[in-house]
Amino acid sequence: MSAFEGLALGFGHALTLGNLGWALLGCFLGTAVGVLPGIGPALTIALLLPITFQVEATGAFILFCGIFYGAMYGGSTTSILLNTPGESGSIITALEGAKMARNGRAGPALATAAIGSFVAGTIGTLGISFLGPVVVDFALKLGPAEYFSLMVLCFVTVSAVLGGSALRGLTSLAFGLLLGLVGIDLQTGQPRMTFGIPELLDGVNVVLVAVALFAVGETLYLAWRHHEGAAVVRPVGSILMSRSDWKRSWKPWLRGSFLGFPFGVMPAGGTEMPTMLSYYAERRLVAPEHAAEFGTTGAIEGVAGPEAANNAAAAGILVPMLTLGLPTSATAAIMLSAFQSYGINPGPLLFEQQSALVWTLIASLYVANIMLVVLNLPLVGLWARILKVPQPQLYAGILVFATIGTYGISNSVVDLVLLYGIGVVAMFMRRFDFPTAPVVIGMILGPMAEQAMRQALTISQGDWTTFVTRPGSAVLLVVAVAALVGPRVWGAWRGRAA
Amino acid sequence: MHELARADLKVGGFVLALGGLALWQATAIPVSPLYGQVGPKAVPYGVAAVLLALGAGLVAQALRGGWSHTLEEVQDAPPTNWRALALLGAGLLANIALIGPLGFSLAASVQFVLVAAAFGSRRLGRDAVLALVLTLAVWFGFVMLLGVNIGAGLLEGGILRLLGQELP
Repeated sequence: MSAFEGLALGFGHALTLGNLGWALLGCFLGTAVGVLPGIGPALTIALLLPITFQVEATGAFILFCGIFYGAMYGGSTTSILLNTPGESGSIITALEGAKMARNGRAGPALATAAIGSFVAGTIGTLGISFLGPVVVDFALKLGPAEYFSLMVLCFVTVSAVLGGSALRGLTSLAFGLLLGLVGIDLQTGQPRMTFGIPELLDGVNVVLVAVALFAVGETLYLAWRHHEGAAVVRPVGSILMSRSDWKRSWKPWLRGSFLGFPFGVMPAGGTEMPTMLSYYAERRLVAPEHAAEFGTTGAIEGVAGPEAANNAAAAGILVPMLTLGLPTSATAAIMLSAFQSYGINPGPLLFEQQSALVWTLIASLYVANIMLVVLNLPLVGLWARILKVPQPQLYAGILVFATIGTYGISNSVVDLVLLYGIGVVAMFMRRFDFPTAPVVIGMILGPMAEQAMRQALTISQGDWTTFVTRPGSAVLLVVAVAALVGPRVWGAWRGRAA
Repeated sequence: MHELARADLKVGGFVLALGGLALWQATAIPVSPLYGQVGPKAVPYGVAAVLLALGAGLVAQALRGGWSHTLEEVQDAPPTNWRALALLGAGLLANIALIGPLGFSLAASVQFVLVAAAFGSRRLGRDAVLALVLTLAVWFGFVMLLGVNIGAGLLEGGILRLLGQELP
């Protein structure tokens, strides 16, 4: 099915009242959790996973994607008004955005972030619509050996390339792989890593791990470092952008979008790198008369570019998720487990077997983008008020949701003990700078990689060289090794040259 | 050895121990009677080996001075707030102890009040009222709307009886 036919089909389904309702609910919830410090889209979607037993797949995924997109919009509000970025992608936005807010220009900063997000989200969604089918055609040619190598590449890029240290990133990944191994081996029925505890035979629940990492660990860490004193929420003021604001914003929006999307599509799906690159690009390309605003009073280019890059990268993450079944962010990994709970396998066959679902989802992304810009600009005062929820009640409330999300899995106190245990580990991971996303990705992608590996070895009759003798697989493994050791070799070489 | 490097060393030791635990559990996997090219043990052994290697790497890094001293957040961090951690820990333990006998809403409310106190709230009465309203709303929302199966505790059961409904 071509992109145009697909979109025609998708919009037909997306514009029904029910699906519009799911999109609106998702956008609203997503913006709210994006604004609130301490909760993000991964945690929210994890808590809402039980909805997959109640609602048909299309509605649930429209809701989840609305949350995913909405959280990107909401995150910028927190960065600008509170100067505390809620997620890694909006750290850069806080640099210039918070300075603009301090100088009474919070309104235009929020407006350029929202409109930039809209531009980037639309470009990103166009990218999904037209790139998706192309990637699918390519992916259909992959056998289990290539799939395994692709997953290895994905493991390396999400854990070793992004973040502060390859060693710590890989450790997080290995921890996730270990959690994914717990339970009954699907192919032979043998219990693994269960310590003889019957509750562990079903495996460790992904909701439990997500809640432990993102809610319990974070709250424990904040209590550890807690000191009295409230943060200052800057007033919003007028959100109207002046003629000069528009003139200075539109190019950064476009540049940020085209920079961010490819980063999201590559298995190195991260939002830190494109937002940072966009920030440096804008700083260099800014008109000389505004150059002094960077780092002092806050330059609007430094909000417009990175915010667009952030949203375009987030949209790009959906391409490998939908076409290859490869999640490259924690949120995408949780969405993948939602697909699994419907018995749907994301991957190239998704576009063929579930074409109505996929295209409705993509069409809903366009709808969600329009809803979000409408929700965000006029309602910015409401979102700013959410920021004033006092910290004690906010974190106490987050733990209430954490409890019900976990206890609801099987009404078992063992789950709560496990939740708090992993939460303590997550607290130390935060202190010692171990990234948490590779844990979730390893946990969900690990079993799939093992299955692909064993299938490939069954086909090759136990010959391990199949991974390097099949050309596609070999190329992917070479890229993975290069991504792992390349930066170090490059650094050593530069160190010697300097 | 610097204090921060010593903390890093403990982390490396923890990862090594985790690898050891994984190795022990991998050897405990029964050999499958089913024929397969790769049995259920291969990947667990691989993950255990990777964890041991990474743990060794972290230990080596810690012995060379560690990485904590390079983290900005650690340098600017305020001292450990034992009071907040203790209250938060008490809240989590209370939840574990009470959720069985009392049910979700009461246990989570006790937790809510303790956690809010951990983060500096001083109006315990108001927090308690807020907690009961929130936990009941969450319980009814998750049970009725999302269809999550959480048994009714004392409070939920009482309210359902008042409404004249059967216990789920």
